[in-house]
Amino acid sequence: MGALYASLTGGGNAASAAPPAAKDVAQINAGRQIFLQECATCHGFAAQGTPGVAPSLIGVGAAAVDFQVSTGRMPAAENGAENPDKPPRLTPGQTSAVATYIASLGGGPAEPSAAELNTSQADVGVGQQLFVANCAQCHNFVGAGGALTYGKFAPALTQTTPKQIYEAMLTGPEAMPVFNNNTLTPDQKRDIVAYVTGTRAQPNPGGFSLGRVGPVTEGLVAFLGLLLFMVLVAIWITAKHGKSKSHE
Amino acid sequence: MSDHNAPGQPGEPDQPGRGDDLMAGLAGGESASGESGGSGEAPRPRRVIGTPPPAQARTLLPAEQEAEQPPAPELPAEPENMKRANRAEKLVAACFIIATLAGLGFIAAYVIFQVHSVTKVLHSNIALGTTMAVAFLAMGVGATIWVRHVMPKVELTEQRHPMRSSPENRAAFAKTFEEGADTSQFTKRPIIRRTLIAATVPIAVAPIVLLRDMGPLPRKSLEHTVWKRGTRLVVFGSNRPLTPAEFSTPGSSVSVIPEGYEDNDDALAKAATTLIKFRPGELQEPTRLNWTVNNIVAYSKICTHVGCPAALYEQTTHHILCPCHQSTFDAARGATVLFGPATRPLPQLPLMVNTEGFLVAASDYQEPVGPSYWERS
Repeated sequence: MGALYASLTGGGNAASAAPPAAKDVAQINAGRQIFLQECATCHGFAAQGTPGVAPSLIGVGAAAVDFQVSTGRMPAAENGAENPDKPPRLTPGQTSAVATYIASLGGGPAEPSAAELNTSQADVGVGQQLFVANCAQCHNFVGAGGALTYGKFAPALTQTTPKQIYEAMLTGPEAMPVFNNNTLTPDQKRDIVAYVTGTRAQPNPGGFSLGRVGPVTEGLVAFLGLLLFMVLVAIWITAKHGKSKSHE
Repeated sequence: MSDHNAPGQPGEPDQPGRGDDLMAGLAGGESASGESGGSGEAPRPRRVIGTPPPAQARTLLPAEQEAEQPPAPELPAEPENMKRANRAEKLVAACFIIATLAGLGFIAAYVIFQVHSVTKVLHSNIALGTTMAVAFLAMGVGATIWVRHVMPKVELTEQRHPMRSSPENRAAFAKTFEEGADTSQFTKRPIIRRTLIAATVPIAVAPIVLLRDMGPLPRKSLEHTVWKRGTRLVVFGSNRPLTPAEFSTPGSSVSVIPEGYEDNDDALAKAATTLIKFRPGELQEPTRLNWTVNNIVAYSKICTHVGCPAALYEQTTHHILCPCHQSTFDAARGATVLFGPATRPLPQLPLMVNTEGFLVAASDYQEPVGPSYWERS
């Protein structure tokens, strides 16, 4: 059994490799009930997926479920280019139950532990280097997000919790590539989390942040603002009032 | 505005305006004195090239005729509403005092706010920007109030005069030019003329020679990267080598660089590579499938348009998107161009596994990476 799980996880976290304990069975059953109500319409009654609509969830792991449901992306509101985050529909308890159920179907990365999310020993410098090399091309250098092709987009990371950032790297939601624990080790993931969360508290030396999306917005705001100001000044300078006498 | 004196229309020949005189004096060195008052044709002494112009052309003293002209209409010296002007005067002075203080504040802010941390730069920027903006703004506001409320309100009409010289002046200029050409014997003595022209040629060519300062010619360096058979792929940032078993989750993508060149920016500028893991069966022609290992494929990270890092990989659609100009490549089909200004696919790096089980390059890129250039074969 363990060998089968190991082959399915493909080097990811294999915490669910052991057979479920008796107390988990109740959790799995509860999760299955919620799954059948909330998820099975698209993902199928056995989580096998629907071609062209929703992927199979066998082997995606608890981390993927927790990320998708806790950010509100799942259950999806509609089929679109991208499932945007929204207020979560399921409670943390329900989310955990569904995650346990999906994990029981086979393998996949588990949710990161509190120890893995502890950034007190993190190296923010390493995190920045890895973020710039692997994440910044889509998510912007401070995690402000950006556009992708055909209506997809990389979301801003300003509200994302450390656990969600970690799970996103582990599972590759939507169009995002997967960074398993060999590509980016748990320590490196922790460094990246520390960098992303650390940028939120950084001051803006130039004044307003303007979404931190770079010089284009800053230039546009300065251009339009100054243009409006100069138009008003020009109106004031050339306005006629009082008697003006022609003199040649 | 009247346009009866628009440029292009010849002025009246017997009474040229002041502009005519000016232009004639500039163009041909001819004097046109004694005509301002319209007193008829004065004799025009012919001027010899190289001698000073006739004295009367340069005089700054008013001619006697000009003294008889009616004086130009004077502008009213006082504003109509003296009370209001006096109030405005104080306002203008207040603006200028504010500008003075803000200017002094700028100097003070520069001295007081030192810049050796991000937060200090923030404070310095705000102080310098605010004081400078206030200084310029107060000066501008003061000047505008001054013009609008202190100066008398008058509308002035400035007549436009023809720019064209009179036919006489033009003919005289042509004659002078031809005389000058004859006098210099430029046409008669070809050896002087030709050696002079020859002397100018090297100076004109010199800037082309100076282009060499832009650096050595690239020669064959653009056709090769530092990848060679057996170079291990290491993860950019952590410098870890990878095995196919470690890079095994479908949908993975990571930036890799050649081992041994981690700190060599010149080498990495061309050698940066994107490593992508596919599910079985997803990779298709024209991908060179015998250059892949276990559905792992490596493409150059340097966009073939203008060389930006094309690294936005979407694992759902297998698109590689370049953030600079939205060139989109299909990673599952040999990184062929789907959209955007790029014209060539991203070059594929041949991969293999070495005896220790690590992912290594099987050779260098088989074509030049990065943007097209004119010597590219």
